[in-house]
Order: sequence, then C-alpha cells, then structure tokens
Amino acid sequence: MIAQYFPNGLERYLIGGLLIGAGVALLFLCTGRQGGVSTFFSAAWSWLLRTPFFQQAAFRDTRQWRLIYTLGLMLGGTLYFLLGLPLESSHLPTWKLVVGGLLIGFGARLGGGCTSGHGICGMASLSGGSLLMVCTFLGTAIVTAMSLAALGVAP
Amino acid sequence: MIRNARFFDHLATLASGTLFGFGLAWSTMIRPESVLAFLTFQDLGLLLVLGSAVGLNLLIFQALPKIRQRALLGGVFQQRPFSLDKQSLAGGVLFGLGWGICGICPGPALAGLGAGNGDLLIALASIFAGAGMHGLWVDRQNRKAANVI
Repeated sequence: MIAQYFPNGLERYLIGGLLIGAGVALLFLCTGRQGGVSTFFSAAWSWLLRTPFFQQAAFRDTRQWRLIYTLGLMLGGTLYFLLGLPLESSHLPTWKLVVGGLLIGFGARLGGGCTSGHGICGMASLSGGSLLMVCTFLGTAIVTAMSLAALGVAP
Repeated sequence: MIRNARFFDHLATLASGTLFGFGLAWSTMIRPESVLAFLTFQDLGLLLVLGSAVGLNLLIFQALPKIRQRALLGGVFQQRPFSLDKQSLAGGVLFGLGWGICGICPGPALAGLGAGNGDLLIALASIFAGAGMHGLWVDRQNRKAANVI
C-alpha cells in the first residue's frame, strides 16, 4: 500500500517538508512576516509601473524584503546543486511553461496567494478561507493534470 | 544601530528563503514532473511535504504569539490579509489550471532555476507577466466602477 502510493519512499518528502517549514518558521520567528512567495511578482511591478494597483503601500513597503526572500529561494536551489545532492533532470514543452505560467501568475494574484501563502502560512494560521482556497486549486489542478494525462498530453 | 537592525533583518530574510529553497530542492518539488506525479496520484509525496511544512508551522504560528509579544528582531507578528470571495475562488481555479498543466508554482520555480533548470526562466517570466496583467486588469475594473458611479 505504502509502496504503491509512495514509490520513492517517505523520508525525502518528510525531511524536505520540514526544511521548507523551517524556512517559513524562521522568517516568522525573526521578523513576524508571513512568507508567501507569489506577492513578490506583484510587488516587483511597483518598480516598473506607476499605476494605482502596483503603487499600493502593501507592495511598495514590502518589495525589498520580498526581493531578498526571492533571492534566498534561488540561492537555496543553487546551494543544493553545488553540494552535488541527487537531482534528476527535467524538461517540459515550452507551451506548458508559457500557458501554465500566465495562469499561475494571474490566478495566484487574483486568489490572494499560492501554495506557500495559502498552503503553508494560511493553513498554519488556521484560516478557513485559505483552506478553501487550497481545496479549490488542488482540486482544479488534479482534474486538469488527470485530464491532460488521459488525453495523452503527458509531460 | 539602525543600520545593524536592517542588516540582521535582511540576513534573516535571506536565510529563511534559502532554507525554503533548499527544502524545495530536497523534497524534489523543484521538478515539475514530481508535482505532476502527485497530481495524477502516481506518487503522493507532495502530501507529506505539505503536511510536514504545515504541521511545523501550525505549532509556530499558534504558539509563538502567545509566548512572545514581538518577533526576535522586534517586528509584530503579522496576519495574512485575505478575505475569501467569488473573485479569489476564481483565482484559485485559474491557479489550479496552470498548476495542473505544468506542475509549477512560484516557490519551486525560483528554487528550480537556482538549481540550474533554465527552462524555468520561461515559466517565471510568464508568472511575472500574469501578475502584471492581473494588476492592470484590477485598475481597469476600478476605473469602470468609478465611471458608473
């Protein structure tokens, strides 16, 4: 049963999740901030566009720490790579990256968060709204991925 | 002193992001294929990743504000500014569609690029463009509403 649903074991996922959680916890412990990732993509536009939405204080006042946090996320991946830890290659067709990316960017901002904001911070805050958001995007993603797989549009 | 406080704030933020990104790489979630394997029920590992990350922070987010009044560097413990409505649910559906198509979300895309998967630059540029379209769209909706009144 475990081997059927977890062909790659449990340990890697549990430890990885704890490391991810430790990052979010460290940010909250040190600075009191909630470490959602997707807001950065709106906040960064405040440097480029002088439009009312992007010039909100919520973006202007947080863009600096969000940029540093974003750089940290990339650095974490680089560190993993430099330590020579196991890494399988990955390749997706370009159209999936473009169409998927646009939907993710627009959807996450319209929905007020992504897997880190709603999924980790929101659920850890016991927010009913975030729980419903997680069910919505997780449910939609499962149906979408299953349908594409059934149609033979495999990765 | 103030300069020192800013330095430690930036250092803590960078360290948090680094730990987060390293964990994403460790859990294999930086590979879109791993996420898609979860979404098609071939490997339910993502459930464990999310579960352990949420479990740890449930403890921190609930207990810490009761033990301490302020964060270590002096900031207040912030709440998530979020109110659920039809629009945010629609956003959740769009996000889910994108996530289901490519198995990418913002955090893993950043960490995966850092780990050397250059393809993800295309995904990140598209996410950035999507967030830009969202902001311009909100402004347009607000202008329309103002004109009606």
